[in-house]
Amino acid sequence: MGKYILKRIGYMILTLFIIATATFFLMKLMPGSPYANQAKMSAEQIKIMNQQYGLDKPVFQQYLIYLVGLLHGDFGTSFQFNNQPVSYLISSRIGPSMQIGVQAIILGTVLGILLGAIAAIRKNSWVDTVATFFAILGRSIPNFVFAVLLQFFLAFKLKIFPIALWDGFSSSILPTIALAMAPLATTARFMRTEMVDVLNSDYIELARAKGNTPWQTVAKHALRNSLIPVITIIGPMAVDLMVGSMVVENIFSIPGIGDQFVKSITTNDYPTIMGLTLLYSFMLIVVILVVDILYGFIDPRIRLSGNEGSN
Amino acid sequence: MADNSTDIKFKENSFKRIEQHNVDEQEKISAPSLTFFQDAVRRLKKNKAAVISLWLLALIVVFSIISIWWTPSDPNAQHVAYANLPPKIANGQIPGFTGKANVGGRIVDKYAQAKVPAGTYYVLGTDYLGRDLFSRLMKGIALSLLIGFLATLFDLVIGVPYGVVSGWKGGRVDTLMQRFIEIISSIPNLVIVILMLLLFTPGLGSIVVAMGITGWITMARLVRAETLTLKTQEYVLAARTLGESPFKIAMKHLIPNLSSTIIIQTMFSIPTAIFFEAFLSFIGIGIPAPNASLGTLLSDGQKTFRFLPYQMWYPAAAISIIMIAFNLLADGLRDAFDPKTQE
Amino acid sequence: MEKILDVKDLQINFDTFAGQVKAIRNVSFHLNKGETLAIVGESGSGKSVTVRSIMGLLANNAHVDNGSIDFKGKDLLKASPRELESIRGNDISMIFQDPMTSLDPTMPIGKQVAEPLLIHGSMSKKKAMARAEEVLELVGITNAKNRMKDYPHQFSGGQRQRIVIAISIVNYPEVLIADEPTTALDVTIQAQIIDLMKELQNKIETSIIFITHDLGVVAGIADRVAVMYAGKIIEYGSVDEIFYNPQHPYTWGLLNSMPTLDTSSDRLYAIPGTPPNLLNPPAGDAFAPRNPYAMEIDYEQMPPFYKVTDTHYAATWLLDPNAPKVEPPAAIKKRQEEYHQLVAEGKIQSSVKGGAKDGE
Repeated sequence: MGKYILKRIGYMILTLFIIATATFFLMKLMPGSPYANQAKMSAEQIKIMNQQYGLDKPVFQQYLIYLVGLLHGDFGTSFQFNNQPVSYLISSRIGPSMQIGVQAIILGTVLGILLGAIAAIRKNSWVDTVATFFAILGRSIPNFVFAVLLQFFLAFKLKIFPIALWDGFSSSILPTIALAMAPLATTARFMRTEMVDVLNSDYIELARAKGNTPWQTVAKHALRNSLIPVITIIGPMAVDLMVGSMVVENIFSIPGIGDQFVKSITTNDYPTIMGLTLLYSFMLIVVILVVDILYGFIDPRIRLSGNEGSN
Repeated sequence: MADNSTDIKFKENSFKRIEQHNVDEQEKISAPSLTFFQDAVRRLKKNKAAVISLWLLALIVVFSIISIWWTPSDPNAQHVAYANLPPKIANGQIPGFTGKANVGGRIVDKYAQAKVPAGTYYVLGTDYLGRDLFSRLMKGIALSLLIGFLATLFDLVIGVPYGVVSGWKGGRVDTLMQRFIEIISSIPNLVIVILMLLLFTPGLGSIVVAMGITGWITMARLVRAETLTLKTQEYVLAARTLGESPFKIAMKHLIPNLSSTIIIQTMFSIPTAIFFEAFLSFIGIGIPAPNASLGTLLSDGQKTFRFLPYQMWYPAAAISIIMIAFNLLADGLRDAFDPKTQE
Repeated sequence: MEKILDVKDLQINFDTFAGQVKAIRNVSFHLNKGETLAIVGESGSGKSVTVRSIMGLLANNAHVDNGSIDFKGKDLLKASPRELESIRGNDISMIFQDPMTSLDPTMPIGKQVAEPLLIHGSMSKKKAMARAEEVLELVGITNAKNRMKDYPHQFSGGQRQRIVIAISIVNYPEVLIADEPTTALDVTIQAQIIDLMKELQNKIETSIIFITHDLGVVAGIADRVAVMYAGKIIEYGSVDEIFYNPQHPYTWGLLNSMPTLDTSSDRLYAIPGTPPNLLNPPAGDAFAPRNPYAMEIDYEQMPPFYKVTDTHYAATWLLDPNAPKVEPPAAIKKRQEEYHQLVAEGKIQSSVKGGAKDGE
């Protein structure tokens, strides 16, 4: 297992290096000057600025400087916000994003697991129909539409929650709900399928034959066996969350990195875009790695056979 | 349990031997035999939600095709004087389509205010530039569907061959191809799409290409997994043993058996692409003005949603209905093609 | 002899999209204390459904429309779910067909074996685990002490079936139902499992219902045999009676299709045709269309059970006094001759009493 984890971390670093390289050269290909918003500058001023940002050096040298900087946690300096390091921009804004992200994933998966499990146990009943209906809605309605609807009805019309203001827990409720819809739908659907499969399996029948009550059977055997595969969808859900957070933060004016990413795109703030791209990739890779390792630890079939995780 | 033959009546020929029946007749299967696809269609027809979705989508596609040649008025024509008019149908008798709006607690006839000539009305109202929202919605749906179909085409053109080759070749080729997929998929596809869009000039083509570059991965993975299973099936082994060319095997044995996987995945890809376009337009790097897509309509509508909710209501309803219909149809197809999920 | 289980007039129907499937049509049988009853029949004849109804583990779309299952003076069909739960895995337990899928893949086997003890007894966890270990040792899991924490995938198919058996006997059940316990196993392992079950029956003094489609397996383990066809029992008797003096043409067919060492022809016999569709069961003997000896009445009326001996009954019109005498197939005739000779010599008795098992 230890060897496997080391190998995976090796791949992770390689992947990040490839991504860093790709984004760097892509950014060099980008049209438009970084100072487009300061069009009134003279040629002399631009030269000074280029020197300041190291843009006068050959591209390859810039690349090396960039890589060395990355190793020190230096993502460069934002073009948009006067001389603010990208790393500072990120660190000052990651808190709110993490808060609603973590809240949403907990809310979504817990409710999703419950909903999916109940739907599977009461298969083809009205509970199942309702759960399936919600799962379809959660999957189909884009989260920004959902976010705007929540904002309109609960904040604007009913005034239960603040409209767009980042101030404590109550202001994180609506964005959390908006973000949680997709993971909820995904988990519920996945959990239902898994659980239906498990409930049809022979070992569940044997559990019943041992004298377990239906609920004991679910608690002792069905739940664990259907929960293990659910871990595998956390990776894809994390991606959904990242995408979702960009619009949801934007709609609710949350000072997070998703909102920052959208703003940086509209202002061509390349160093910030690059920094956030790397950050998003890093988070995604770490999540996938953690999920794989976790899966290996939880599923005895993988843990004990000593083979190289699931592929 | 002993003799219970009290109510049995014997006839005189009761104990006459009967000549043996034709065995072949007994082996006959009484139910009509259906091909895999016929059987799938039969199961799909039983799924009401999927059938309704199919008809709804067909209707929407027809509307979209009509919008290429005809819309009630020019979707990009601006009448600033007629800006932000609420929905109105005919003489304004239908609730919700009266052409009146609540301004500061008073009901105001916006059409009269804007001095719109009698007989002119906008079914879904107008936007801040006085453009007809119904026409824009028609065009927007058409554009979004087009993007959905085109992006899915990438799935088929890249994802299917990639998956087939990777699964069929196996060994080192497979490992290499899978590593490549792993690297690409460890970058959030959103990030790739956004980087691509920054590189190209925004527009239909660049959106489709950007989504296509990342969209094929799921398809490739599914097709590869399916190919791996098919490869070990007896009939494929038989074909290989008989020396059929790999291309012929792919065409005759793999593609037909992969078709259900491909069709189902396609049905899931289209709504994903539609969602993605809407998302990109929403954050401002999608379809450029003045063209309408569901995303741009939602983005415009959101800006004034609190005060003129109808401008977002209808595109939001449209995208939700399209997404729900595609997802229900895809679910229905999956259940129909995969009898295991049925009872 | 004391009856421990008495099934009477059992009728079970399944609701399917195509209509109602009459899976079990008036099945009656009983199980004596300490004996092994084999229920034999091909797939779909209703063997499994019958025993699942004893366990109260029928599928959701199945319903028992008539009959009674008497277990120690209690009708199991009228028992509440809670009563059934207290009987399952305690007084009556079951061994399933496929050991590869019958064990919970994510639970250590020791815990799985101890589970029935914890459900039914007021035993401490520690004591239950000790018992589980003992029973695992008993069923032949070597080094059971160190393997308690292992998971099912770490065992071979035969070992897993031993574990499944351990689970079923851990509470010393009075009735043990084995639903094709050897079908999924290799032939060599099959014999080991059969031997183990015989050994265990002596040790824990249980009564066994053994479901199989394999007559070869029956000969080795059963005291009595019931043959099922199309949801009905068509013949039952002691193992010798069924093997050497079968009366129903279906039993003839079954025995003929079983390969033996002295099978002279190089082709194995197969019963022509397929079992009837139980959506619309035939009016007469369900086997009639496949029966080379069929008579008019076989298509019209269901045959009653005719008594052959005190322990041997068969439901075929051929036994009616009015029926013409027919010659059974040559191989069956040979068996019958052997049988009569053995009885005459006093080597076997015509009824169960006296341990018929040494007939083989």
